[in-house]
Amino acid sequence: MEQEILIIRDLQKSFGETPVLNGVSLSVRQGEVLVIIGPSGCGKSTLLRCLNGLEPINSGEIEFDGKIITGAQANWNLVRQKIGMVFQNYELFPHLNVMENILLGPLKVQKRPKAEATEVACGWLERVGLLDRAEAYPRELSGGQKQRVAIVRALAMAPEIMLFDEVTASLDPEMVREVLDVMLSLASQGLTMLIVTHEMGFARAVADKIIFLDGGSIVESAPPDIFFANPSTERARRFLNIFEFDEDKKLGVS
Amino acid sequence: MLDSALSVFTAGRNMARLMEGLGVTVWISLASVGLSALIGIPLGLIMASPKRAAAKAIRLYLETIRVMPILVLLFLFYYSLSKVGINLTAFLVSILVFTLWGAAEMSDLVRAAVTSLPVHQKESGRALGLTEIQVSLYIVIPQAIRRLLPGVINLTTRMIKTTPFVFFINIPDLMKVGQQIVEVSGVRDYLASVWVYGFIFLIYFAICYPVSLFSRFLENRWQSG
Amino acid sequence: MDFNFIIHCLPLFVAAAKLTVTLAFFGIALSLAVGALCAVANYYKVPVLKQLANAYIEIARNTPLMIQLFFLYFGLPRLGILLDGKTCAIVGLSFLGGAYMAEAFRGGLVAVSKTQIEAGLSLGLNRFQLLRHVVFPQALAVAVPVISATAIFLMKETSVFSIVALPDLMYLAKDLLKEGHSAESNFLLVISYLVIILPVSLFFSYLERRFRFAGFGS
Repeated sequence: MEQEILIIRDLQKSFGETPVLNGVSLSVRQGEVLVIIGPSGCGKSTLLRCLNGLEPINSGEIEFDGKIITGAQANWNLVRQKIGMVFQNYELFPHLNVMENILLGPLKVQKRPKAEATEVACGWLERVGLLDRAEAYPRELSGGQKQRVAIVRALAMAPEIMLFDEVTASLDPEMVREVLDVMLSLASQGLTMLIVTHEMGFARAVADKIIFLDGGSIVESAPPDIFFANPSTERARRFLNIFEFDEDKKLGVS
Repeated sequence: MLDSALSVFTAGRNMARLMEGLGVTVWISLASVGLSALIGIPLGLIMASPKRAAAKAIRLYLETIRVMPILVLLFLFYYSLSKVGINLTAFLVSILVFTLWGAAEMSDLVRAAVTSLPVHQKESGRALGLTEIQVSLYIVIPQAIRRLLPGVINLTTRMIKTTPFVFFINIPDLMKVGQQIVEVSGVRDYLASVWVYGFIFLIYFAICYPVSLFSRFLENRWQSG
Repeated sequence: MDFNFIIHCLPLFVAAAKLTVTLAFFGIALSLAVGALCAVANYYKVPVLKQLANAYIEIARNTPLMIQLFFLYFGLPRLGILLDGKTCAIVGLSFLGGAYMAEAFRGGLVAVSKTQIEAGLSLGLNRFQLLRHVVFPQALAVAVPVISATAIFLMKETSVFSIVALPDLMYLAKDLLKEGHSAESNFLLVISYLVIILPVSLFFSYLERRFRFAGFGS
């Protein structure tokens, strides 16, 4: 077994009086792909955001690479270089072109030599099929292209873990595939990934483990084959039913 | 210190004169703002309408006015109108010039408010079966007013803050009266200029600040609308 | 029109226009600096500084430049602070302009979305890098139209500088009026202001177009 790279212990988070995460514990091994699913408002996005220090946590701790990264001595600027994040709405910087977007982190934060960073960036752009758009500005790209660039931007920092927060939720249906394909190939290459998504087919294909989150806690955690074929809890079963349309005709339109 | 302040304001008719000056300032402001709205709103509606030539002409007028400092316009009108046989009092010239400027700015505000309304707002009104007049009455005008009002209030404070320019054409407004008082009292009272100009400063602030606050209040309240 | 008179007066107008441009340049440059400082104090919610900046902005925006200048030029010397006409003009213009510029910058800063800032943070950028590479360029693009409108407004406000005894264009025009050549001096006055303001106005509309095209809408 690979070693555990990320361990979350009893994570609690609330917005004001409203609890969002009620004691989530979870560990991720090197090279593992975890897909987190659950109804809206279950706390799955918040969980990812806590891992990147975008939301302060109330209690519990997060261990990364054998070190506790939460608490008073937290240095998120350092951690964020090793935990990459991709957002639902791409969040490319509109005033920078594709290459400048990708190089911002490596050059300014990691102070890597420009030639080397550019070479790495070009390599990634080529892999996602966008090398010819390196000089384009975000407004000139389609949603799918923007999201692929955003993935490359995070990868260019050479992170140890990648967080994907509903990265296909804003895309037109025909563009979802090109983004998911990139993620699938990253998974097969052994990148450690935490993915929040509503694409159940994709979840099944890419995940080593499915985490089903509901009401701020982990209700079920299982390999995809077992989870999708035979969920062990009633809540998971009801959730999965939402994605089935066999009953369509009976409902009809009255 | 306070004694000197008191004596400046209580000497002779000083306070009364300052208030008369304020009256002149307020009169010029009110008249100019009112006339600007009266003329600027129709001009703005024409600019927003599909009448190309008329809109272009108004745009040209607006840009011409905008490129010149208002003080220069005031000066030109004051010293040139009489040359071409039009004799107006300084007071009327100031209202004329401020209105020429205010109406131009007002028309631009109205145009922006009307044209910024998304097309689908009108379309969804028509889709409900409303007539064109009903669409204007219930959909366009109420939303346009919300977009318009903060800008109009802003323009009002800008116009109030422009009125001191009439000092240059010798209208006895707040500034001019202040200057006359300082000239007389300054000989006797060393701090007269501090008190008088400080007082006028405060008067302008007391007028403009609440108006700005009101504009901001409306903006915040209507932001979502 | 008497063209000999115009040619005779031209050097006077050139000198006055130079004075106006110089004062406007320094006034606008200082306004930008003051505005940026206030906007940053506001943006980072620096205690005390933020309140001071806001109070200053309200005071400067809600009073006319003329009374500000009167106070600086005629009031302050009596309190022991003596400023010459040029200094008064520059201080007055940047006192007024700083507040307007602060509002322009503030509008730009609030237009940068929270999610853009998070994207910058997630790359490990520190606070300064975030401001320098993510927030400021985007804020500037939004602020440019307001900044240029303010700069032109300030250029036009320079027309009152003769009240602090500066020999500017208005001063000159009023002076020549006494010699009875009002048509010629008015003509020169208008031309001088056109020569000063039109290029600036054209430059700013070019700048606005550039920023719009570099534009946004992710």
